[in-house]
Amino acid sequence: MTQAIVSRIGQALVVLLLAFTASFLLLQALPGDAILIKYQNPEMGLTPEQIAEIRVLYGADAPIWAQYGNTLWNFLQGSFGYSIQAGVPVNTLLATNLPPTLRLASLALVLAILLAFAIAFAATLAPFRWLRNALASLPALMISVPVFWLGIMLIQIFSFRLRLVPIINPNEFQALILPVLTLALPIAAPLAQILIRSLDEVEAQPFVAVARAKGATRKGVLWRHVLRNALLPVLTIAGLLFGELLAGAVVTETVFGINGLGRITEQAVSNQDTAVLQAIVILAAGGFILINLLVDLAAPLIDPRLKRTVGALA
Amino acid sequence: MNMLAFPSKKSLLDIRDLTISYHLPEGRRQVVNGVSFSIGEGEVVALVGESGSGKTTTAQSIIGLLPDNGRIESGSIRLNDAELSDWASRRFDAIRGKVVSLIPQDPGSSLNPVLTIGRQVEEILKLHGWRDRKARHARVLELLARVGLSNPELRANQYPHELSGGMKQRVLIAIAVALKPALIIADEPTSALDVTVQHRILDLIDELRAESGTAVLLVTHDLGVAADRADRVVVLRKGHVEEQGPTSALLARPTSAYAKQLLADAPSLAPKGFRDAPENPEAAIEVRNLRQEFGHGKSRVLAVDDVSFSIARGTTHALVGESGSGKTTTARSIVGLQHPTAGSILIDGTEVTSLSGEARRLFRRDVQLVYQNPFTSLDPRQRILDIVGEPLRNFETLTRKARDERAAAMIEKVGLPADVITRNPRALSGGQRQRVAIARALVLEPRFLVLDEAVSALDVTVQAQILNLLTELQDQLGLTYLFVTHDLSVVRQIAHTVTVMQAGQAVETGLVARVFTEPASPYTSDLLAAIPGRRLGASHPVLHYSGAAE
Repeated sequence: MTQAIVSRIGQALVVLLLAFTASFLLLQALPGDAILIKYQNPEMGLTPEQIAEIRVLYGADAPIWAQYGNTLWNFLQGSFGYSIQAGVPVNTLLATNLPPTLRLASLALVLAILLAFAIAFAATLAPFRWLRNALASLPALMISVPVFWLGIMLIQIFSFRLRLVPIINPNEFQALILPVLTLALPIAAPLAQILIRSLDEVEAQPFVAVARAKGATRKGVLWRHVLRNALLPVLTIAGLLFGELLAGAVVTETVFGINGLGRITEQAVSNQDTAVLQAIVILAAGGFILINLLVDLAAPLIDPRLKRTVGALA
Repeated sequence: MNMLAFPSKKSLLDIRDLTISYHLPEGRRQVVNGVSFSIGEGEVVALVGESGSGKTTTAQSIIGLLPDNGRIESGSIRLNDAELSDWASRRFDAIRGKVVSLIPQDPGSSLNPVLTIGRQVEEILKLHGWRDRKARHARVLELLARVGLSNPELRANQYPHELSGGMKQRVLIAIAVALKPALIIADEPTSALDVTVQHRILDLIDELRAESGTAVLLVTHDLGVAADRADRVVVLRKGHVEEQGPTSALLARPTSAYAKQLLADAPSLAPKGFRDAPENPEAAIEVRNLRQEFGHGKSRVLAVDDVSFSIARGTTHALVGESGSGKTTTARSIVGLQHPTAGSILIDGTEVTSLSGEARRLFRRDVQLVYQNPFTSLDPRQRILDIVGEPLRNFETLTRKARDERAAAMIEKVGLPADVITRNPRALSGGQRQRVAIARALVLEPRFLVLDEAVSALDVTVQAQILNLLTELQDQLGLTYLFVTHDLSVVRQIAHTVTVMQAGQAVETGLVARVFTEPASPYTSDLLAAIPGRRLGASHPVLHYSGAAE
């Protein structure tokens, strides 16, 4: 088991290095850069010579492999460089913008999971066929709704029409309701879809009939036997949905005007703030790897069959 | 209908004119049609029939576990004077497990993979009012020990995947007998198990039943099993009771045509002689010291260990053994699907283990394979004509018309009606599909056919037809067969010579007539003793005689 974890962590480091290299190369390949965008602005009235000096100052004139080595070395030491646009260290930028995003994303994830389970169980236990079908097709509808449109609609309905959630000077809790909902719905939908299908498949297994033959009620069997078996595919998908969560956060923060990681991502992209983008890519890749590592470690706890090693197979 | 059907003891279960239908997309379909029978206290009644006869549906209705689209249309099911046919599923919860319990068909998928054995046995006690944890635990261990599992303490903490098929079935039996129910429904309890395991499991059910006076409804397709274990037999066909009565009377003098047919087709009961020894002992296939290992280092598995045999031209050689004996691995090496670790395989004098590239491809043409499961070995989206014609595309440059003609001729030869050629496999029955698979294998006019459990998935009547077809084709085309099977009674019908395999080794090789009558190895004797239907050995002459009289 320990060996498996060590090798997984080794794999994770390789993936991180590849993500770093790929993003570095792609960002370098873009025409122009942040220094040009900021200092070529005619209002600053800088001569090309002065701009060239600034470039030397930032180390942007060094050959690409030297820049790569420098940046990698700095990253390894935990320093993500300077944001050219904001003029502050990227670390500072992240320290102020990461917490709101983490709060938004984790609340949205929790809500998404709750919603998914509620829909899936309602659909499975629905007493009428039509109700069951209606509930089972709900996730498909939720998936097809774009995040930005959903956000705007929620503001329209809950803030302007129904006046339930104030949009001007809301308290901390009120300010989170709509963004969390906006972010949670598109995540809940695929989870619910997988869970409904997975519950259906497991319920058709012979061991469920055996459990019923012992005298257990349908709900009891669903809870004690079916759920745990149905959880594995959902867990795997949940790991993959982390990417959706990040992408959704960018749009949601923009729509709701929240200062978070999504917001600085959007700004860094429009200003080609390479250092910030590089840091965000690594942060996202790290988060993705961590989540999926946790999923892999949790899977054997749910299904004991995954514990067996190659040696035991023989 | 035979009216000898009254149980000798007080009636426990009484089914009258039971009619059950399924709601399908194309409308309602009746699968059980006016079925009546009863089971006395402590009695064993076998419900015998082929797939689609309605036997499982009938059994499910007794325990209230019909699929969602199934409905009891009319008739009554009385258990201990309570009328169950109009009970809602919820009401059944109180009697399920306690009064009526179930031993399911496939032990492999009938235990929850994520819960320990102990918890699954414990559940039934918990559900029916055993409050005390310690008492429950003690009872679980007692039950596991009772069904013959060694080291119950360890087993209780294991998960289903850590147990063999036979052990899992023992656990399921422990669950079924836990509360000493009045009736156990055993739905094909041993169909998925090896023959020796099957024998021990049926013995165990018998023993526990006798101990607690439980009645058993034994649902089976195997007349041999019914003959050995049941007091009375109910023969079902297409949802109707064809015939019922005390086992010995029914088997000795069946009155309905269908029961006679079943008896004649049951391989274990068939009073046929052995096939003659081959006249021409020239070996067409020679396997010498075959050895097959898988994996490396610690995880190395020796699947086939020094196996040798030879097959005379135009004869059938059977490889028999239980799962894990290495019989399929041996067959795969002969077909060239894997490379043996050591040893030689000579086919018509050519060493095939060293073939490679084009020579290997051409060799495949001569040695064709028919797979076990006709339901998965045919592409469901292709027409039958294309399925049978496909091998021709790989080996010959023919026009489409010529190819179709050859395929159609072969389809006719295996006894399929001409109108199947444009259909796809879904529209065919299991037996017809296996005929298609045989036609596909024969279309290249090979000299050798390797049949891997080719009749195991089929009902006895269909099985008998396919075996006849194979024998006819062998005589016509001079084919040499290697027949891989776990079923000794099939070996008896089709094979000239046999190799019995156990744990990768050939324990015995010889003429079928010799091996079956004077087995030299104790393992062969065990296998032979485990064939169901032995009890009928004595009544065979009677059967013969009564048949002759009519």
